[in-house]
Amino acid sequence: MKALHNLVEKVKPNFEKGGKLEKLNRTFEAFETFLFVPGNVTKKGSHIRDAMDMKRTMFHVVIAMIPVMLFGMWNVGYQHYLAIGQEVAFLDQFVYGLIRVLPLIVVSYASGLAIEFLFATIRDHEVNEGFLVSGLLIPLVIPVTTPLWMVAVATIFAVIIGKEVFGGTGMNILNPALLARAFLFFAYPSYLSGEVWIDTTLQEGQQLVDGFSGATALAVLAAGELQYLPSAFEMFVGTIPGSIGETSTVAVLIGAVILVATGVGSLRIMLSVVAGGLFMGGLFNLFAVNDFMAIPPYYHLIMGGFAFGTVYMATDPVSASQTGTGKYIYGFLIGVITILIRVVNPAYPEGMMLAILFMNVFAPLIDHYVVAANIKRRMNRLKKAEVTIQK
Amino acid sequence: MSETNSNTQKEPLFSGKNQKLLSNPLNKDNPITVQVLGICSVLAITVQMKTSLVMAISVVAVMGSANLIISLLRKGIPPRIRIIVQLTVIAALVILVDQILKAFVYDVSRQLSVFVGLIITNCIIMGRLEAFALNNKPWPSFLDGIGNAAGYAWVLLAVGFFRELLGSGTLFGYQVIPNALYEFGYENNGFMILPPMALITVGVIIWVHRSRERDLIDIS
Repeated sequence: MKALHNLVEKVKPNFEKGGKLEKLNRTFEAFETFLFVPGNVTKKGSHIRDAMDMKRTMFHVVIAMIPVMLFGMWNVGYQHYLAIGQEVAFLDQFVYGLIRVLPLIVVSYASGLAIEFLFATIRDHEVNEGFLVSGLLIPLVIPVTTPLWMVAVATIFAVIIGKEVFGGTGMNILNPALLARAFLFFAYPSYLSGEVWIDTTLQEGQQLVDGFSGATALAVLAAGELQYLPSAFEMFVGTIPGSIGETSTVAVLIGAVILVATGVGSLRIMLSVVAGGLFMGGLFNLFAVNDFMAIPPYYHLIMGGFAFGTVYMATDPVSASQTGTGKYIYGFLIGVITILIRVVNPAYPEGMMLAILFMNVFAPLIDHYVVAANIKRRMNRLKKAEVTIQK
Repeated sequence: MSETNSNTQKEPLFSGKNQKLLSNPLNKDNPITVQVLGICSVLAITVQMKTSLVMAISVVAVMGSANLIISLLRKGIPPRIRIIVQLTVIAALVILVDQILKAFVYDVSRQLSVFVGLIITNCIIMGRLEAFALNNKPWPSFLDGIGNAAGYAWVLLAVGFFRELLGSGTLFGYQVIPNALYEFGYENNGFMILPPMALITVGVIIWVHRSRERDLIDIS
């Protein structure tokens, strides 16, 4: 560690003003602060600086995503060998998934960070840390069969239109990772719906097993083919087709524990999204005019991207509501709208993405009214106090 | 003597001031990117270059003549009913354009559908009539109309260019992106055909425009 620090200090003058590589100052700074907590001192105002800066906050989210990522990799291999009817060892399944998923992650990070560094250099601001999370989220919310160049295009779109035009991390209205997914969903619909969830590239001599369907639980329900619906246990563990990271509720729960324990993710939002989902699912269950409405409400929590979206997307500290009460409203409405889209709109079997993006847009409005209500309440209290004093 | 006097006072047809009338709306006073008027039609009819071009030409024709006619009538229009008079003039011109389109380019006219009729409600036209043609002589008014319509037209064509190229892989209906690229795995971007992408394209054009013309940036 010491040697690394010395090396950083040694090359530092090259990047400072007047140095040979002055243009790359921001790039250097990004790597330096990534490795070591910078020794900056606050010049005015409060003098306490927490070592837990943005980079390390974001890093906690990345750590929380690792269980989901590892499970997703294994599930890609598992689903693949299931589809071609081969039984292979656990490790082989994992390695197959790793080989398939790793390029997606690399492309997402490379294209996104390239844009980030470019903007940081042109605009001369610090490199935004937010992309550490977005770069890993994007591959986790898409099907494994998505072509790499599409991932790159979507990532670049999300970083520029979703973030940089608003002024970078902390200014964005929408969650960049979800924006990338929404872009893919609307731009290349045939690659993001239908039978794209399982990697079915065949080697010489391999073939798909009879009766292979490859549809997600939500698609099965939307089509009304209840006999193909996986069991609740399968959906909970995650051995079902779906986007890379979304299938396993268990892995997502591990991530949720990490996020809540480190104080990075908001428990309020997570709980209220679940409450909203259960409420709307229960309401549909009461009427139950078709198969989709008839399923038990808790099924909604373990199907599709509900759990993943709840824990990693809805809790995004930038695009979510900031006020405490606002978080309850924001989360609850995400849950309600998700189930509403799932069950009522046949064009979109999964509603989590659209619900979160929709509520992202409304988050500032919710905050505004929460704050206004608070001011009003306290003004009334003040008036009452004045009246009693006058008496 | 008096004749020569009036001749020297007469402005040349393309004096500096008149040139400004033509060129300003193309850049620093662009109706779309600076004044943000007439956005609806930009979102609606820019899926293809062909419709964009026909729309652009129609608006240039309507705006040039509307400004000219209103400017000629400007002394005879009672101020209280001026909006009705303006509307009548524009509506008459739009119907003319609509009939011509139906007669000569029927398929494009069908694609444009109501949007030809909706030229009447294009804020740019009414805006220029109110702001310029009512107070100025016919020739500058005509130039102002043409200039503003051209400013509208180039944005329309630019948006149409990117939307058709990326959304359908064609320009004016001819395939531009080679088949080899499709075989390589390239796909048309279906999002470009949807209206939200037109809005984002206009936004990007405004962004590029403002970063080139720094004095347009106002932070209020």
